[in-house]
Amino acid sequence: MSQMAVQEAPSAAAPKADAPVRIGVRNLDFYYGGFHALKDVSMNFGDREVTALIGPSGCGKSTLLRIFNRIYSLYPEQRATGEVMLDGRNILSPNIDINELRARIGMVFQKPTPFPMSIYDNCAFGMRLYEKLSKSELDDRVEQALRKAALWDEVKDKLKQSGMGLSGGQQQRMCIARTIAQQPDVILFDEPTSALDPISTGKIEELIEQLRADFTIVIVTHNMQQAARISQYTAFMYLGELIEFGPTTKIFMNPDQKRTLDYVTGRFG
Amino acid sequence: MTDASLTGSSPSAGPQPQIKWGRVRQSRRVQDKILRVTATAATALSVFVLFWILGMLLWKGGQGISLDLFTKITPGPGTAGGGLLNAIVGSIVLTFLGIAIATPIGVMAGTYLAEYGRGSKLAEVVRFINDILLSAPSILIGLFVYVILVMPFRGYSGWAGSVALAIIALPVIVRTTEDMLRLVPNGLREAAAALGAPASVVIRQVCWRAAKAGIVTGILLALARIAGETAPLLFTALNNSFWFNWNLTGGISNLPVTIYAFASAPYDNWQQLAWAGALLITGAILILSIAARALINRK
Repeated sequence: MSQMAVQEAPSAAAPKADAPVRIGVRNLDFYYGGFHALKDVSMNFGDREVTALIGPSGCGKSTLLRIFNRIYSLYPEQRATGEVMLDGRNILSPNIDINELRARIGMVFQKPTPFPMSIYDNCAFGMRLYEKLSKSELDDRVEQALRKAALWDEVKDKLKQSGMGLSGGQQQRMCIARTIAQQPDVILFDEPTSALDPISTGKIEELIEQLRADFTIVIVTHNMQQAARISQYTAFMYLGELIEFGPTTKIFMNPDQKRTLDYVTGRFG
Repeated sequence: MTDASLTGSSPSAGPQPQIKWGRVRQSRRVQDKILRVTATAATALSVFVLFWILGMLLWKGGQGISLDLFTKITPGPGTAGGGLLNAIVGSIVLTFLGIAIATPIGVMAGTYLAEYGRGSKLAEVVRFINDILLSAPSILIGLFVYVILVMPFRGYSGWAGSVALAIIALPVIVRTTEDMLRLVPNGLREAAAALGAPASVVIRQVCWRAAKAGIVTGILLALARIAGETAPLLFTALNNSFWFNWNLTGGISNLPVTIYAFASAPYDNWQQLAWAGALLITGAILILSIAARALINRK
């Protein structure tokens, strides 16, 4: 097991030479009420790279992800301090339009979240919010998104049927289609395959690999082989702190920190 | 568990301790029997009473079911024949008007409690008052509407009757709407918000849709509840023995008050009509309840 993780690491695509920074995190702290969940995190996320966040349960990786689209703002007792720069603007500042931000930063959740409406309406949901599109433009964008999500062939004849009737893996791909149809800049994946079978997982990993051409991707995963397979950069977090961040090959083959080595080789966590 | 402990507890290993019969005391057996017999008897009694009521209703009311019931208006004193047409139409109008008033207010208030007011003090107070209203005696609501809508306008009216019925339906709708919205998983709200949807869109397009069957069921149950209410109508819509007219500013005939008036009258045909009316209301409530159940089971 420990050897496998190390051996699989080199299969990840090599990072592009100094990709421009898309998201810059500076001195970020996060609190759930009185609980200090993230401690002074600073790191950069490269444009059109896949960055994986790994670490044991409760280490703060999902918390970090949920800051980037400010979804935590739905809960009044949660707050973040510090700086998260997206294209030159601090998204934590109070005068940012949260809904506009969320339209630019898509998120795919751990459990598929189909809305109680047709497959077509699910995919068109985000576009209808902020864009005035004609019927044919909308049709086009829905089809493109479903094709990119590798779901088009399975659902093209039943777009009017409820999205709740699809299988778990199909629902998750529909949620990905819904997110990319909106043409965001960044896509956040919160353990997108942990509720899926191996075949669906494989399809979604392939998909993430392809989406990298157009989107900046941050993925939280418990599966270290998955992080090794699909990411260019990996961040290892532990107890709310960023322990080590670097190219995925380095993190898995030759990390600087002993704790990182122990975790990626399965000695703890 | 070790192998030793496994074999140790197996029946083949060693002699079994003798089970002594008669260890359960006789008094306990008797107690058990008494409890079982009384519980069964109580159940039988309540079911018996229920079937007695329904049986009598079917027997006596069934005799009065005829075409005249649905085509003729309520007879005057000492007049033979007659039907319940005006009372049936009046009841349907009052009930649906009541639901039409209560539904938007109730669904909105339930939405406030479940979505906007989560954890707020105001929501807690509103929820508590709503629960009191849910069990308030209906005659009290009749009196309240009498004071605010009948006395100032110097006359019973269909409007006042509908408002009284709406006030009875309201807490039922508020409660079910809130409960059903609370069953909508938070993940769905987050997913919609993550696409940039403002709270109003999340609620209207996702939460309401997800909770639709439950909310409609609540409205149907509220409809069933007010269809048979008599007390609030006595003080408000009162009655009217003439053909139903669409003028809701006057008294309006309706089934419950007609039953109340006719059942205690000395005329045989009036009493017969009261039974038939009671059967009609019971049938309508039965149908509404079945519809509500069917809706909630359909997934």
